[in-house]
Amino acid sequence: MVPVYYLLSHILKEEIIMPPMITQKTLELGVKHSPEFVCMPFKFTLGTFIECLEKGANILVQAGGGCRYGYYAELQEEILKELGYDFTYINLVSKGKMDIKEIREQLKKIDITFSTKKSIYYVFISSKMIKYMDKIDFYIRENIGFEEKKGSFLSLKGEMLKAFTKAKSFFHLFYLYQKYKYKFRKLPKKKKNKKYKVGIIGELYTLMEPFANYHIEYELAKYGIAILRYTNVHYLLFEKKNKIKKYLKKTKDYISYKMGADAADNVARCKYLCMKKYDGIIHMKSSFCTPEIGAMPILNKICKEYDVPIIYFSFDAATSEVGIKTRIEAFYDMIEMRKNK
Amino acid sequence: MKGYLGIDIGSISTKGVVLDENDTIIASSYIWTEGNPVSAVQRLISLLKKELPSDIQIKGIGTTGSARKLIGLMVDASIIKNEITAHAVGTMHFHKDVQTILEIGGQDSKIILIENGIIKDYAMNTLCAAGTGSFLSSQAKRLDINVEDFGDLALTSKNPVKIAARCTVFAESDLIHKAQVGYPKKDIVAGLCKSIVMNYLNNVGKGKKIKEPIVFQGGVSKNKGVVHFFEEALQTNVIVDENSHLMGAIGIALLSKKMESEKVYNLDVCDISFETRGTECRGCPNRCDIVRIFKDGKHIDTFGNKCEVGSR
Repeated sequence: MVPVYYLLSHILKEEIIMPPMITQKTLELGVKHSPEFVCMPFKFTLGTFIECLEKGANILVQAGGGCRYGYYAELQEEILKELGYDFTYINLVSKGKMDIKEIREQLKKIDITFSTKKSIYYVFISSKMIKYMDKIDFYIRENIGFEEKKGSFLSLKGEMLKAFTKAKSFFHLFYLYQKYKYKFRKLPKKKKNKKYKVGIIGELYTLMEPFANYHIEYELAKYGIAILRYTNVHYLLFEKKNKIKKYLKKTKDYISYKMGADAADNVARCKYLCMKKYDGIIHMKSSFCTPEIGAMPILNKICKEYDVPIIYFSFDAATSEVGIKTRIEAFYDMIEMRKNK
Repeated sequence: MKGYLGIDIGSISTKGVVLDENDTIIASSYIWTEGNPVSAVQRLISLLKKELPSDIQIKGIGTTGSARKLIGLMVDASIIKNEITAHAVGTMHFHKDVQTILEIGGQDSKIILIENGIIKDYAMNTLCAAGTGSFLSSQAKRLDINVEDFGDLALTSKNPVKIAARCTVFAESDLIHKAQVGYPKKDIVAGLCKSIVMNYLNNVGKGKKIKEPIVFQGGVSKNKGVVHFFEEALQTNVIVDENSHLMGAIGIALLSKKMESEKVYNLDVCDISFETRGTECRGCPNRCDIVRIFKDGKHIDTFGNKCEVGSR
């Protein structure tokens, strides 16, 4: 969220409204106005849009994905217009394709002073920022289970994000990154005596939005589990295109074409995690996520071949938190039993 | 004499077991939870107390089941563990070579696969409670039959009716339709038992290799009809232990024995006032549903809060 805010606030004169944190209220708004059987990301983003419109936004930006998410923008625009909101809708991915020229035209319409040169510069800075944030997140995920003071990692992360929005140039950003990297390294941590490694794969939105997955990463961290997750913003924006061919080659025993969204990527990662002898794999998706449903039997097969335990979570608005905790606890017990045999 | 207490608080029933040093059961009890785990446990413990010898020293208390956290706090348990692990530990104690545990309880159903005494894989029913004990008991009420007689009646049927197995709501409308068309009660009951089995195997058991020996437990395992249809569907023998309904409590009692400390627990929780209050936290837009717990009028803990604000 921060890099996008940074980018837009630098290339446009307009005031940018930061979307509020996703909460129960967001979800309720989303569920109320969404088709019943649509997947959770649609409901979350629609809820966020409504909250932003209430805050006074009049321009909304929607990106897209490789599954039915690609058509969400059109549907959400219709729903919001029907609700009586007045706004301009910028769809970065229309008809399943990204058209840079068209986006430029649209941005020009909003702001006449819009300069392509300047925006290219800031696009590069923002993309760098995404990369740095993902790197820090990666470190947090591996170490948060061992933090000495509860919440110290998350509060430092908040501080870092605030500092990032004030970055002036490439160099300044780099300096900030190094500074916070050092700070994270210096945070007091417990000794890692029994360390289990768990990989998390699955549908991208559920993976990346902590509210949508009931803060599962934090829940795992409480058990002192180090977590590896490949899907992050940088991967989705810049790496996915180049890596998909490699992934397909590596998993040619299991799949012969990409199955939409992140399904093929997840099959490849699952195989990689198994080969790297990870202690367990957690697969998450929102209910009715078709690409991931297609991937699940293949994941099952891979895990059986390599004898690595895997559990599946399917999140919806109604899943109770206690049930999830029970399953995680049992999963942890299982990993521990397997290790101590 | 040393004793170890295991309590399994499920959605429908609450189970309690006291084991001695040699892991034999010296007291056990099985009562309905009736939607109030606190008072159920208080009743349970007073029932257990009557069975126990007077010189007993409780050296460990374990809680499991869906209300394990709340009751664990109430009885000051030495171990609080999920029901999957507890069931596996309990079953492996009595059936050393078990490879598959089928479990159907009041609100959830699970399958646990075991290899060489280690949990290899498990699955639990996901979003809905289709095909569990609570469905059976509500349908028994509709048909005006005692749940306890359900299994015996099912076994008398030669021609079980077909009932949709996928979803409880569909199953119920199927059942009503079949009853109105005029099928005899025993065939409907048998069809219901069969649908539970099919639902289980297609849902939790999907993609799992079910190997012998198979142990079936949980409250529903007392239903002979369901056992019969499991054996028919799996085409092997299914073991039902005489203590199959207590297995979770036995497992957690065994685990509490492993955690043994010097502490001696007293069992007079029945006299302590233990109160829970549910509210909606207004600290932030998250609006967590929180439960505040009071022991003797003093606030001791809060459940359900996502952040620090709710715990005050």
